[in-house]
Amino acid sequence: MEMQQFHYDNKIVTKFLYATIIFGVVGMAVGLLLAFMFLFPNLTDGISWLSFGRLRPLHTNAVIFAFVGNAMFAGIYYSLQRLLKARMASDLLSNINFWGWQLIIVAAAISLPLGYSTSKEYAELEWPIDIAIALIWVVFGVNMIWTILKRRQRHLYVAIWFYIATFVTVAVLHIFNSLELPVSGMKSYSVYAGVQDALVQWWYGHNAVAFFLTTPFLGLMYYFVPKAANRPVYSYRLSIIHFWSLIFLYIWAGPHHLLYTALPEWAQNLGVAFSIMLLMPSWGGMINGLLTLRGAWDKVRTDPVLKFMVVAITGYGMATFEGPALSLKNVNAIAHFTDWIIAHVHVGALAWNGFMAFGIIYYLIPRLFKTKLYSLGLANLHFWLGTLGIIIYALPMYVAGFTQASMWKQFNPDGTLTYGNFLETVTEIMPMYWMRAIGGTLYIVGMLILVYNVIVTVWQGSKVEDELAEAPALERVTKKRISSEGWHTWLERRPIQLTLLATVAILIGGIIQIVPTIMVKSNIPTIASVQPYTPLELEGRDIYIREGCVGCHSQMIRPFRSEVERYGEYSKAGEFVYDHPFLWGSKRTGPDLHRIGGKYSDNWHFNHMYDPQSTSSGSIMPRYPWLITGSSSELDKSNTETKMEAMVTLGVPYSEEDIANAQQNMLDQGAQIEQNLYSDPDFAKTYEADKKYAAENSEDFIEMKNREIVAMIAYLQRLGTDIHVED
Amino acid sequence: MLKFVKNHMDSIAGIEIFPIISLLIFFIFFVVLFWWVITAKKDHIKTVSNIPLDNQNEDIL
Repeated sequence: MEMQQFHYDNKIVTKFLYATIIFGVVGMAVGLLLAFMFLFPNLTDGISWLSFGRLRPLHTNAVIFAFVGNAMFAGIYYSLQRLLKARMASDLLSNINFWGWQLIIVAAAISLPLGYSTSKEYAELEWPIDIAIALIWVVFGVNMIWTILKRRQRHLYVAIWFYIATFVTVAVLHIFNSLELPVSGMKSYSVYAGVQDALVQWWYGHNAVAFFLTTPFLGLMYYFVPKAANRPVYSYRLSIIHFWSLIFLYIWAGPHHLLYTALPEWAQNLGVAFSIMLLMPSWGGMINGLLTLRGAWDKVRTDPVLKFMVVAITGYGMATFEGPALSLKNVNAIAHFTDWIIAHVHVGALAWNGFMAFGIIYYLIPRLFKTKLYSLGLANLHFWLGTLGIIIYALPMYVAGFTQASMWKQFNPDGTLTYGNFLETVTEIMPMYWMRAIGGTLYIVGMLILVYNVIVTVWQGSKVEDELAEAPALERVTKKRISSEGWHTWLERRPIQLTLLATVAILIGGIIQIVPTIMVKSNIPTIASVQPYTPLELEGRDIYIREGCVGCHSQMIRPFRSEVERYGEYSKAGEFVYDHPFLWGSKRTGPDLHRIGGKYSDNWHFNHMYDPQSTSSGSIMPRYPWLITGSSSELDKSNTETKMEAMVTLGVPYSEEDIANAQQNMLDQGAQIEQNLYSDPDFAKTYEADKKYAAENSEDFIEMKNREIVAMIAYLQRLGTDIHVED
Repeated sequence: MLKFVKNHMDSIAGIEIFPIISLLIFFIFFVVLFWWVITAKKDHIKTVSNIPLDNQNEDIL
């Protein structure tokens, strides 16, 4: 049994930790900016790349992939090596993983504010970056599995199964949801449309939560909580059951994002049932995490690392109780599209992900730099500020959510809506938005305290070195040893088979839900009157996607009396068949737009986009002057035919004639809208004056019919007009 | 895009058996899992629970 000497790679862990901290601050800062935009909607007026719709995906992508992603890599690279008693198989792959991931983040930070977005939540990055993500993810997986094969510890500790499941499932989710047909260098269309796109998107979206935000962190919990408390996990048996049931059940929960929408009922019901069952394995994890501290609770009083982890696990328990509760159809009917969902997300994100990351950072930094943490006092202060921040964030958002739901649904005795003007609800919850901004500020201040503490600790510590370790090489397994082992022990020795079995487990839910929705025609009843968008409307739709309108406006009217009264006939599955991608939305900061077509004049839309507060007093929508004035307002029609051809490939029935006539069609429809705009004398006066000025000064003048606003108006006026319901 | 694959699904006879088979697989898997978890040897459980803690090289501060 000769001992082999080797070194754990600590440098890669340090790199990932630095990236975690930097992007944590960046991601949260963008979030805070967004929170302030609710309060001061004109904060970044006129600057397209700082508008709310463009920055929202930057915030979500930054906190999920840059903050949590880097934290996950840091924790996995540290724990994996020590659990396997082996150095990472390839330093080259480790560094490709690191630098590749950071480059992807930079690409996101540049492309998202510029409007290059697919609009699909947490998958907004366009196709070249999607390819990069897939490649780097494979690099990570290869590095990890190769290390597992070179291990000196035969049994795969539970944390490692979670890491394997994470790798496998995220790969599957990313690839299937990101199937998109490129139209140009940074523009693509989802191969799925309407209902099917919604289902694939939320199969992905919910499982991004499950397998990017939850399973890796559960793995990290199973390593770092025992380490910090210096006690073994409470129940290894429980961890086995909870692992398999979690990864199997989680996948099916996706449809709970689509309750009371046009998704077929059978899919909705499966989502509900499995989401409720999911409570058990999730709480199995929470119980295991918290009860590991049995006998060590006195340590929690003094150690900030354990404080963060306890609140993290408690927050996980809260969020995984709330999740199933929100999946009940009657609760969902209240909560969907409201700020209740925002509260739910942020309890999970700030407490579970944020605090677990902080606990791991405070645990690792002193060890890596072979010194004590500079200030336990500051770490404790961070803990209390952060906890207070979470509470002041979440509670007002709950109140806002309940307020929205009840105001939207209230009827007068005569059958009219009590709060017929959507803006009344917005105004009512402004104090809650104020408190949320304060909560978020506290949370990020806590993080800045962490930054200071870490910097001083690092400065005072020694250089990071790879850690020397000793362990015997793995012996061949003799027949005598295997005779008494159970099947799971057998499986724990075989990482490849474990991986394959986990893959099968996670594929089942996806296949059963998605394949019939795509294959069985009767799931999406055809509506004869539904036609594809005209070229101008298609361009307008792409502007809607670019500006991130889907972040505040939904396009899915649910079959409730209150919604039908407010918005019009509820949305039918067949209306969305040509929507590549779907734009149902998740949040109503502003009203639903599915049947906005024909409700307001072209002039109203023109004025509203130019200055929302001029038509809607109290509106918190930002202004979109760049669609109307300036050189950027010219509609780029150079790609229209290519876009239509891509749509044809995806099954949208444009004829060859439609494509050949696209330019003329756009000019005609644009001219019609321009003519309609003249019905407002103020518009006519200003426009004619601008035209005259440009002519006199030999300046370029873009005719209104060729401006982006006209495409946007064309699209908005089309929405929901394909079907006509007899009253 | 899926129009290439769709037609084959329609013509599979007796496709109803597939969900039943999946339910059986799921059910049997978890029954076996529970059986193993309940019958696992205490010593083995103790050993694997301590894997993160048996690293002699760590400096505990």
